[in-house]
Amino acid sequence: MTALLPSMLSLASAAVSATPAAEVLPPPQIAFVPVLEVSAAIAPDAIEPLSEPAGQDWAADAQAESQAPARDAVENRRPRIAFGDVFAGGKLLLTNGVATIEGSSGGGIARWATIGGRQMSGGIGASFHGSAIELSDYGWRSYGVLVGFGDRLELSYARANFDTRDVGAALGIGQGYTFNVDTFGAKLRVLGDVVYGESWLPQIAVGIEHKRSRDGALVRALGAADDDGTDYTISATKLILARSLLVNATLRYTEANELGLLGFGSAAGEGYELQFEGSLAYQLSRRAVVGAEYRTKPDNLGLGDDDWMDIFAAYALNDNLTVTAAYVDLGSVATFSDQRGGFLSAQVAF
Amino acid sequence: MLLTTTSAAILMLLQQAPAEGINWDEEFGVEIEERDPVTGELPVDPYTQSNDNAGATPHDSARLVEAFGGADGIRRIAARTVELSEADPRIAAIFAAHDMVRLKRTLGEQFCYLLGAGCDYTGRDMQTAHAQMGVTKSDMNALVENLQAAMREADVPFAAQNRLLAKLAPMSDDVVER
Repeated sequence: MTALLPSMLSLASAAVSATPAAEVLPPPQIAFVPVLEVSAAIAPDAIEPLSEPAGQDWAADAQAESQAPARDAVENRRPRIAFGDVFAGGKLLLTNGVATIEGSSGGGIARWATIGGRQMSGGIGASFHGSAIELSDYGWRSYGVLVGFGDRLELSYARANFDTRDVGAALGIGQGYTFNVDTFGAKLRVLGDVVYGESWLPQIAVGIEHKRSRDGALVRALGAADDDGTDYTISATKLILARSLLVNATLRYTEANELGLLGFGSAAGEGYELQFEGSLAYQLSRRAVVGAEYRTKPDNLGLGDDDWMDIFAAYALNDNLTVTAAYVDLGSVATFSDQRGGFLSAQVAF
Repeated sequence: MLLTTTSAAILMLLQQAPAEGINWDEEFGVEIEERDPVTGELPVDPYTQSNDNAGATPHDSARLVEAFGGADGIRRIAARTVELSEADPRIAAIFAAHDMVRLKRTLGEQFCYLLGAGCDYTGRDMQTAHAQMGVTKSDMNALVENLQAAMREADVPFAAQNRLLAKLAPMSDDVVER
């Protein structure tokens, strides 16, 4: 176009210079065909209404459809994967689960096959959580961040701080000694969908959780073989809509003592074992779910560590904010038995 | 500047105006679909009608039908779901190019059949009906939310809502294309 224009202009200017004077030219006669009836365009009522049989209830629908949606369609026409869409969210409420104390998407203490964050395919999402457990003798605080890629992959980090309070003094490690562990998690959905697809086929995900205790010298003194270790998990989760029931089962191959707070394996040679995490949850509404969880744990250090269980209620206040409250029974922790108490967690997801 | 304007004007004068009275639809082979005068629906390619096209076996529970307000209540919920979706900026573009009169009828029939409220489903199967739409799972989620909103408006208990969704959810493989 730009190349063509100069040659066209020179041709035209030659034609202009050939004519003697501008006022001698006859007024130009422009032939045109009206392409738009102005009166019709500014006064739509003037358009003949579509012939419609009286008394047909579809007629209003059909007419509304022939006018309004065409305009809507233009307004809504945009690239399906635009910048804004990447962060658009789109998961159904609660199908991103709630953060576990290890930072993964799950049910509080059990890891689920769900992918955290509100994003769907092609999107990126994130979530942040903080959790607190008040036990008979201990206090647990954890917080973490998670990034989700599509409904496919989640990467998570969580820090857990375990306050021994008076027990610390009793065990001779110091009043209020706090164990800390960092958990780096990854989870990949390999098959199925928690909501859609065949009702017998759950969403299945595999993952790892690499944990690093920040109390290396102490956990070795307590008999642990190592201050870091990696869990391997496979989870299956399905929402059985006909019963409003969510069922989850996770197998975890782990050598972690008390989720890694007390190190990994034992100097005596105890190591990896297969453990189980199960959840059963009933959907009361789109926003509310109640349920129970059970999680088996190894006892590598011979401290009488018990399996964990909880009864929980989660509520989605809006698309982004979910709060979870639970009654937890962690049994015996580091020889102090009957560790029961309250669990409170908040999650913000995008 | 004057030179440019003048030459542009002359170039415009040199153009031929198209003749009047040409039926451009005919020239380009555009077929205008006429709505059926009785049903108000646009024609679709012929297909075999069967309740199998509904994509699942029906429930058999009088209580469930009652929870949805009977066949009439079910039809209203289906129509309301379509209305909400047409107005939903996330998925309106998918609906804009399709026959909403027909969709309201067939979706109502499908829900009514699946809930065991005594209707026959006369629409196409899910794969054919959604062919070339490029529906994503997020689009499905948006539709589910609109259906849930319609059921909430009709005071359908949540457990009953889920029993309808239980019949629809497994059809996703035939609907979602990407």
